[in-house]
Amino acid sequence: MLARVADRVFWMSRQMERAENTARILGVTSNLVLFGTDEVQERNLLAPLSITDTEELYRQQHGELTLPELIAFMALDEKNPSSIYSCLKWARENAHAVRWQITSEMWETLNATWLEVRAIPRSRVTGAGATQFFDWVKERSHLFRGVTYGTIVRGEAFNFSRLGTFLERADNTARILDVKYHILLPSVDDVGGALDYYQWAALLRSVSSFETYRQLYRDQIFPIKVAHLLILERRMPRSLAACFDQVKEAMTRIRGQKDEAAKRLASELHARLAYADIEEVFKSGLHEYLTGVLEDIGELGERIQRAYLGAV
Amino acid sequence: MQRRHYDEMRGADGEVRAHFRALADWLAETPVERVAEKRREADLLFHRVGITFAVYGDDAGAERLIPFDTVPRIIPKSEWTLLGKGLRQRVKALNRFLHDIYHGQEIIKAGVVPADQVLTNDAYQVSMLGLDLPNGVYSHVAGIDLIRHEDGKYYVLEDNLRTPSGVSYMLENRKMMMRLFPELFARQRVQPVEHYPGLLLETLRAAAPSPVRNPVVAVLTPGQHNSAYFEHAFLAQQMGVELVEGGDLFVKDGYVHMRTTSGPQRVDVIYRRVDDAYLDPLAFRQDSLLGVPGLLSVYRAGNIGLANAIGTGVADDKSTYPYVPDIIRFYLSEEPILENVPTWQCKKPADLELVLDNLSDLVVKEVQGSGGYGMLIGPAAEKSEIEAFRARITASPANYIAQPTLSLSTCPTFVEQGLAPRHVDLRPYVLSGKEIKLVPGGLTRVALREGSLIVNSSQGGGTKDTWVVD
Repeated sequence: MLARVADRVFWMSRQMERAENTARILGVTSNLVLFGTDEVQERNLLAPLSITDTEELYRQQHGELTLPELIAFMALDEKNPSSIYSCLKWARENAHAVRWQITSEMWETLNATWLEVRAIPRSRVTGAGATQFFDWVKERSHLFRGVTYGTIVRGEAFNFSRLGTFLERADNTARILDVKYHILLPSVDDVGGALDYYQWAALLRSVSSFETYRQLYRDQIFPIKVAHLLILERRMPRSLAACFDQVKEAMTRIRGQKDEAAKRLASELHARLAYADIEEVFKSGLHEYLTGVLEDIGELGERIQRAYLGAV
Repeated sequence: MQRRHYDEMRGADGEVRAHFRALADWLAETPVERVAEKRREADLLFHRVGITFAVYGDDAGAERLIPFDTVPRIIPKSEWTLLGKGLRQRVKALNRFLHDIYHGQEIIKAGVVPADQVLTNDAYQVSMLGLDLPNGVYSHVAGIDLIRHEDGKYYVLEDNLRTPSGVSYMLENRKMMMRLFPELFARQRVQPVEHYPGLLLETLRAAAPSPVRNPVVAVLTPGQHNSAYFEHAFLAQQMGVELVEGGDLFVKDGYVHMRTTSGPQRVDVIYRRVDDAYLDPLAFRQDSLLGVPGLLSVYRAGNIGLANAIGTGVADDKSTYPYVPDIIRFYLSEEPILENVPTWQCKKPADLELVLDNLSDLVVKEVQGSGGYGMLIGPAAEKSEIEAFRARITASPANYIAQPTLSLSTCPTFVEQGLAPRHVDLRPYVLSGKEIKLVPGGLTRVALREGSLIVNSSQGGGTKDTWVVD
């Protein structure tokens, strides 16, 4: 497959997954800010900006941090490269460039999504309609993934699409968990409080795993179990372990040349997640652990770019 | 002004011609609403599939549908057989001409075509001198525009030997007609066109450098914003080859390679839909981002096939056109089967005078123009337009040719008021590889505005399915 085409397919899938994750983060944020002290609220509002590395851009354009402004910035702001709007736009642009290498259903899904989001006024997402909007974004992402899985021939386009989706998802899950731990709960004393329940429940809901937690652990919500679920529980499709199952599988199927470095790192990350122990992770520090994972994901992305998608 | 013209469906006595009878019967017995409904269905399907074209000068990236008319244009097989012979003859001679002007230049020495007509032509490429091409073919894909005059004869209006487009519409129109009106195809034997992509691939593979066994073919497009991008992608998909952009290709160790996810892959033939000037920034326009640096040197070394070859524009230039009948006589020692439209060359003083005296009756064309741009249709033009053209012609006569205003034939077409005659032309595609091949028919373009003679899609033209019937 042409490197340019693979690159477009890879990013098309990453952007769509990113749009979904941003919608999840915003959805949970709009719930969280209903609780807690001003300071906690401020931290909750800051979280989405930290996760997407856009705090500076926000401060330049908006100044004060309020929920409607934050949502407008993260959902529909075309000047914000991480906004849902921008992600859907780029997913569609990438699809347009390769619409003859993907199925017409995939193209139509992304094109229709883009046409729809373009017509949504700001007022529809910053007020009562916000939740509906986030749900719509998630649905479009589910639809796109399902259409892709159900229609595209099992070849390199499929492999690179899967690779993009799950690398992006792993990145997001790690970020959400890290921010939660790092920003929302800097003080150990807060752990276990009443407010804390909402925080952790919201985190679980943001990755569609509140019910899964209940089902698997049949217990109260403990941070260490949440971390186990999101990092190591491969039955949970948004966990790092599950994502790396998919990443590794896709990379095994890709036929490349001089891609040993990329494949080696993917296998390594996969193996590390398979054999990690959550107690040890906590002992050496969850934040440090997740920072390492994020660095590895970034490095893997670069190696993939070099091995398959970039120049000669 | 009411002009006489040839009616494709009915003779002078109003009788339906034999080859149109099955269609006429079907039209008579089919309710208008059903046909209208089918037309809407066709529009929807074309939109869904994304068969669109970009319009120059329109909003960035705007895409439109080329209007598709559901009434086919029908050509009897006997007529097509003769057309086919004429087309083969013409393209064969033009390829011989191209070989000659880049080799011994016998035709110039013989005084048949003036030296300056060839050597000072903008499209003439010195870099092609002495280069031998497989099978001596320069224009592998040629589109010859034909019209039918009021005398019932076909005339060649224009040769397109560079990167003629439109064949995807020929294929999609047929698919659409078979889907919408299968019963029509049961009534008479329509000759198939669906094998065109197969023939094209065979033609392209024949353009590969000789020692290559299983040549790798790629379609080179300027990119998704080009007006014919749909066609480039469509043909690549139909042939099962890669659709590449300039950035996907690079030259290394004397060969052209594609950048793929599994490393460089050698390419043997490029079906390029990029103009000569943009093909290689090292050899032609330096600012071109559409081409491949070093491509020309690989081509000259005989390590890549290009279809069409570089420098074919000399032969399809409107200023060369008047010489084509003599070109056929010179190389093939045959009389041309297809006639040219009489043409005045403004570079000749006598012709210029005649043209300037009769501007309101003539069609004047820019020698390098295409797509219906830069032309004057005298009988339909405002006085001010005519005077503007007069000034331009006087300033640089060699840039213009003039022809009588031809009465393009008409074919029944669905318009808002119902079925009405509209003017049509015909572009068959001629493929030259080891031998010359063409599929029966071609692309029929139709001027949808009443009385209009401009069939170009960029100027409100539509298309029809074209049937060659037994």
